[in-house]
Amino acid sequence: MSATNSDQSVTDDRVARIASSIRVIPDFPKPGIMFQDITTMLLDPVAFKDTIDLFVERYREKDISVVAGVEARGFIFGPPIALALGAKFVPIRKPNKLPGAVISEEYSLEYGTDKMEMHVGAVQTGERVLIIDDLIATGGTLAAAIKLLERVGANVVECACVIELADLKGRDHLGDKPVFVLVSST
Amino acid sequence: MASADRISAIKSSLRVIPNFPKPGIMFQDITTLLLDPKVFKDTVDLFVERYKNENISVVAGIEARGFLFGPSIALAIGAKFVPLRKPKKLPGEVISEKYILEYGSDCLEMHLGAVKSGDRALIVDDLIATGGTVCAAMNLLERAGAEVVECACVIEVPKLKGRERLKSCGVPLYALVES
Repeated sequence: MSATNSDQSVTDDRVARIASSIRVIPDFPKPGIMFQDITTMLLDPVAFKDTIDLFVERYREKDISVVAGVEARGFIFGPPIALALGAKFVPIRKPNKLPGAVISEEYSLEYGTDKMEMHVGAVQTGERVLIIDDLIATGGTLAAAIKLLERVGANVVECACVIELADLKGRDHLGDKPVFVLVSST
Repeated sequence: MASADRISAIKSSLRVIPNFPKPGIMFQDITTLLLDPKVFKDTVDLFVERYKNENISVVAGIEARGFLFGPSIALAIGAKFVPLRKPKKLPGEVISEKYILEYGSDCLEMHLGAVKSGDRALIVDDLIATGGTVCAAMNLLERAGAEVVECACVIEVPKLKGRERLKSCGVPLYALVES
């Protein structure tokens, strides 16, 4: 049921440099997890710029009015994309970080639940939204972000991540929402 | 557009939320700035104009709101972006700096090897209050051998004397607006 990757993945010289700039840290945050660390890509100004450019090139003609970034690594990629697209940037945060009136969406973790929040009034009905995070794993966080935005009547056009952990099949948990990734990792 | 006009628009775009996170605090909320693409662009441009000829090789952003401004500045000036994070968020080897809060203490971490001797660093955060967090950031960068050129913030809260605290550590402060 998930779309083939042919129009979702990018074969581009820049992607090779980006992929090799990401480092894998074994057993973080807990044993058995191979953590995909994008901070090394941020240390390579060419790879970081290329990452942003690849997203901007894809979305520039798509009338995106909001880029929503998931705390905290979504805050690193989302704002440069928003600035280049001329879109608003809306942070989606852990509980009790955003001041003023917020709406909350609860979501499941492996053990227990967590919550994400967005400011009331940040996004209007009918706005075309791009959701950004550094990585998609199970898709739980992105699914919750999509729900939050749809509750205020936004049109989530796509989710965009630098990395996909393909084995975890996060795409399958996002319903009909497409996901665009630069690097697919197993 | 003249700096004064841009700064005036930036100041108007901020909103103040009383009694957050606790009674008596007037919280300076920058999220409304991020909802105005022109004002957000002007904010980044003002920092880039100031630093683009200063040979800055590292922009260090303090989690989490420093992440909203630092990367765009880094990209525009061709510098590395280094996130400075709360404990246990960064994978792999880190160096840690403890700092004192009003009640208790906290810790800031940076990746080992992200910053090298000879790097010229800019610290970025949305707001400076007492300067405790920024001083911890400065210590991390200096321990890794960098020269901290300046600290750049959108907002300064003068009555909390962050500027003076930074001056005593040898770091100048550049802030766009005062609250």
